[in-house]
Amino acid sequence: MKYLDEFRDPGAAGALVARIRRTAARIQGEAKIMEICGSHTVAIFRSGIKSLLPGNVILVSGPGCPVCVTAMPDMDRMIAIPGKGEGRNPIVATFGDMVRVPGSFSSLERQKAEGADIRVAASPLDSLQWARENPEREVVFLGVGFETTSPTIAAVVRKAAELALKNFSVYPAFKLLPPALEALLDSPDGALDGFLCPGHVSVMLGSDAYAPYAEKYGRPCVISGFESLDILLGISMLLDQLADKKHEVVNAYGRAVDRGGNRKAMELLLTVFEPADALWRGLGEIPRSGLLFREGYRQFDAIERFGLEEVTTGTDPEGCGCASVLRGVLSPPDCPLFDNVCTPENPVGSCMVSSEGSCAAWHKYGRTGI
Amino acid sequence: MCIAVPGRIVEIDDINMATVDFGGTTRVASADLVPGLSVGDYVLVHAGFIINRLDEEEAQETLKLFDQYLGLLEEEDDEISG
Repeated sequence: MKYLDEFRDPGAAGALVARIRRTAARIQGEAKIMEICGSHTVAIFRSGIKSLLPGNVILVSGPGCPVCVTAMPDMDRMIAIPGKGEGRNPIVATFGDMVRVPGSFSSLERQKAEGADIRVAASPLDSLQWARENPEREVVFLGVGFETTSPTIAAVVRKAAELALKNFSVYPAFKLLPPALEALLDSPDGALDGFLCPGHVSVMLGSDAYAPYAEKYGRPCVISGFESLDILLGISMLLDQLADKKHEVVNAYGRAVDRGGNRKAMELLLTVFEPADALWRGLGEIPRSGLLFREGYRQFDAIERFGLEEVTTGTDPEGCGCASVLRGVLSPPDCPLFDNVCTPENPVGSCMVSSEGSCAAWHKYGRTGI
Repeated sequence: MCIAVPGRIVEIDDINMATVDFGGTTRVASADLVPGLSVGDYVLVHAGFIINRLDEEEAQETLKLFDQYLGLLEEEDDEISG
């Protein structure tokens, strides 16, 4: 068992597609399914799955791209960091996709061109190492991500506390998935019939986390992995439920996800951070959908350390459709800026920047087979 | 950004850093977020951290489901051609 090729077998894919077609024929009208996770969006485009689906099965992308949902005020405050730190040129450490996202007055990429020390980290552990190697300089990690990623950053903050590092901090722009799911379900845009739930967020949360939503809103939730067979199985299991008018949580990624999730990681996350209201691009302010430092760890809060609350922040660019794209109500090609004013080379909105953004995915993989 | 990659632990050192083999390429990842990991475990790695241990029995169950669907499809094809 290598946990890869076994889940890419073309023969099994054909069988799953046949099953999907048969079940879809039993459903009256459209089945509108949201894949919440940006990594699913990319995997779906890359594998060409959309071209294999029957016409009444519609996949829409959701708000699960952490870079895309980072709100403009957070972007602006992060981009302001290199100008802070009393001339000590702070090192800004970040996952790569954040570098090119435009703020309202600059971007990290432009700051870098002007001399700022912006470094791409493969792991938050890298930033800790840079802080230890550069004791005379501040190192700030840009904390974006859902429950998959935020516990890794909590682990690094705890390590920094153990090492009593004085020059390390994190900008907390994390997002929590369940409150966003609830906001989508409460929204009048709604009209979603089911959710393909993110496999790796679910590793942390556990499958039981979705039960209240499936029950309260009467929508099936199926947790899926990221190989092509995982995704086809997830779609097939959602259609099974829609055809039978069921709304249960089904785990199609049993090898990685259990009911209770990774309790150790979630406990650590909630030791370092606590839930707080958060602003999302597209979805607006959602109660208790973000994380801020808890008492005892606030010395690592980059917002306080650099006085970032004082930064003048802007609003989303005029005409940019990201807000509607992230709620699944606008398909990227229908945005007036798509592929003319806004391209990956010269992006206007975050959904065109991140490799997991739906606009970037549409640009790269086009309408082939849609 | 929530991509995690499956690999096999080949070593865990005294500061709980694991060397993980991804089909011939090895990378070091923290074992701090998952209790009781051992050499030989298949795990998912995300952003330099092991986030869980993969469950072979559950994986086999999913593969069995694929086989079952494939069997059903072949039966149908036989019926059509028959």
